[in-house]
Amino acid sequence: MPRIFAYVEHQGGVPDECAVELAAAGKKIDPAALPTAVVTGWGRDLDAVCQTLRAFYTEVWKIANEALAYPNAELVRKALVDALPPYSIVLIPHAHFGTDLGPGLSIKLNSTFVPDVVAIEGIEGPYLRVVRQEFGGQLSAHFRCDIFSGAVINIRPGAFKPGDSAPLDGTIIDKSAEVGVLAAGRRYLDTIAAESGDVDIKKYPVLVSVGRGIQEKDNVAIAEELAEAMGAAVSCSRPVVDAKWLPKSRQVGSSGQTVKPKVYMACGISGSFQHLAGLKGSPFIVAINKNPKAPIFQVADVGIVDDILEFLPELTEKVKA
Amino acid sequence: MEILVCAKRVPDTSENEIQLDARGNDIERDDLVYSINEPDNYAVEEALQIVAKVGGSVTVVTVGGEDDEEILRREMAMGAKHGVLIADEAFSGSDGKGIATILKAYIQKNHFDLILTGVQAEDGAAQVGGMVAALLAYPFASLVNSIEVLDGRKLKISREIAGGNREMNEIDLPCVLSIQTGINEPRYVGMRGIRQVQSVEIPTFGASELGLGPGTVGEAAAKVKRVNYFVPAAGKGAEILKGSREANIDKLVELLKAKGGLQ
Repeated sequence: MPRIFAYVEHQGGVPDECAVELAAAGKKIDPAALPTAVVTGWGRDLDAVCQTLRAFYTEVWKIANEALAYPNAELVRKALVDALPPYSIVLIPHAHFGTDLGPGLSIKLNSTFVPDVVAIEGIEGPYLRVVRQEFGGQLSAHFRCDIFSGAVINIRPGAFKPGDSAPLDGTIIDKSAEVGVLAAGRRYLDTIAAESGDVDIKKYPVLVSVGRGIQEKDNVAIAEELAEAMGAAVSCSRPVVDAKWLPKSRQVGSSGQTVKPKVYMACGISGSFQHLAGLKGSPFIVAINKNPKAPIFQVADVGIVDDILEFLPELTEKVKA
Repeated sequence: MEILVCAKRVPDTSENEIQLDARGNDIERDDLVYSINEPDNYAVEEALQIVAKVGGSVTVVTVGGEDDEEILRREMAMGAKHGVLIADEAFSGSDGKGIATILKAYIQKNHFDLILTGVQAEDGAAQVGGMVAALLAYPFASLVNSIEVLDGRKLKISREIAGGNREMNEIDLPCVLSIQTGINEPRYVGMRGIRQVQSVEIPTFGASELGLGPGTVGEAAAKVKRVNYFVPAAGKGAEILKGSREANIDKLVELLKAKGGLQ
């Protein structure tokens, strides 16, 4: 069995919450494996992250390099290619950084790339059997992957639950000297913070959230009328922002706002995992969608199969009465 | 600037309920509405806007079969100068690396300054762009949501990162970028525009023209294979209200009151 590594992202000296999920995913591939954490960065933040990870990994590989102070995937890839042994299995969270790093890393390691894995069923003969989702989560699929000459496996954040285990007392191993000169044709400049909007959707205990099912800009008023009657705010999913029907500050999701309402009304929202990643604190989710196969029904508490353009105005009348 | 956009024809998930076929190992494809993968359409629009500013031309390429010509013509009606179809029996069953290997072979036989893909297709893999870049040893950036052409064969780009923040980068040409939806407002294409390009010949290339030997792409080379599709289980707590609209509204109002959604 090839050796399993977990690439851990971090910010401000704190490991990403996926760190323990990657360890759990590694155990699903091989219950006997002791996955190794790999962390790249620079300075005190990197040291703090490595210390924290000792509780979750028996070995923590530290790669310190001033060029890695900001995680530019092009530079991280070069560092990993230098430091990792042949035939490694590398686990990476399938998010903004993982989609930047994973595919190219698999090519440079001459290994297999397995994107956005939501479940690992284990080894079956010479293959690893995994579950992925397609068509925006409408269908799942089993895949058979040849990973024995190495693989980069991107893991869906939130899909693997860490087990209850006593804290470990892992060893930090400094691999910095194995990395050569780091330069790339892409250079990080700076980060521009998201603009704050007219309404702070994080402050509302009830959100009336609209998706592609709202169909056109003028129809957003239907949601606004319901929100007003409920004392709620209107939020939305990505296609509504892409179409410029609502500003970016109203978007719930991994690329938008993270909200913790008590009640979330998902109206005409299909329920992609990127959208659901912005929904925390286990709200009561009401899903209204005319497609009975919409993945939002897999996570909702209450579902109604109906056309929101007809349903919402009638609901508003009832709430006002 | 010579720009290549890699595009794919996919079942339109906003227009279709995707169903399993009777045998359960594929989807029911008979009555599906297909269209260009939405992020790829944003990539074509972005390419057209760059060319409008700095000159050059846009080529749209797809790996597939005859049916896929329709998306090439659609993007040519938008303003792409060339459409190219890459098709061969030997390509069927390719995994992501196989498709990237085919595209790399085409790109190496031509000259492009910039290669764009959509951020992901219907399989949600988001893999081909990054692989093509690594195979060509070009720089890569994913989730790109703005592009500015600088002097000296460089671009200034932003990437979408967590929380709606934008990561600014400078990137050398030639490079590969995966384009996020919302980067622009793709222009409308009417039936008339499509009719105007209906008779334009679309060049087609196969394995021998691209110098791809047996075993390098297609099913034999694929390390990642789909075994079957299945319907994911519904969540534990999901209660579907199955009454009339009026009854559903009454029940929902009751539930909202109990859960603090209504006073």
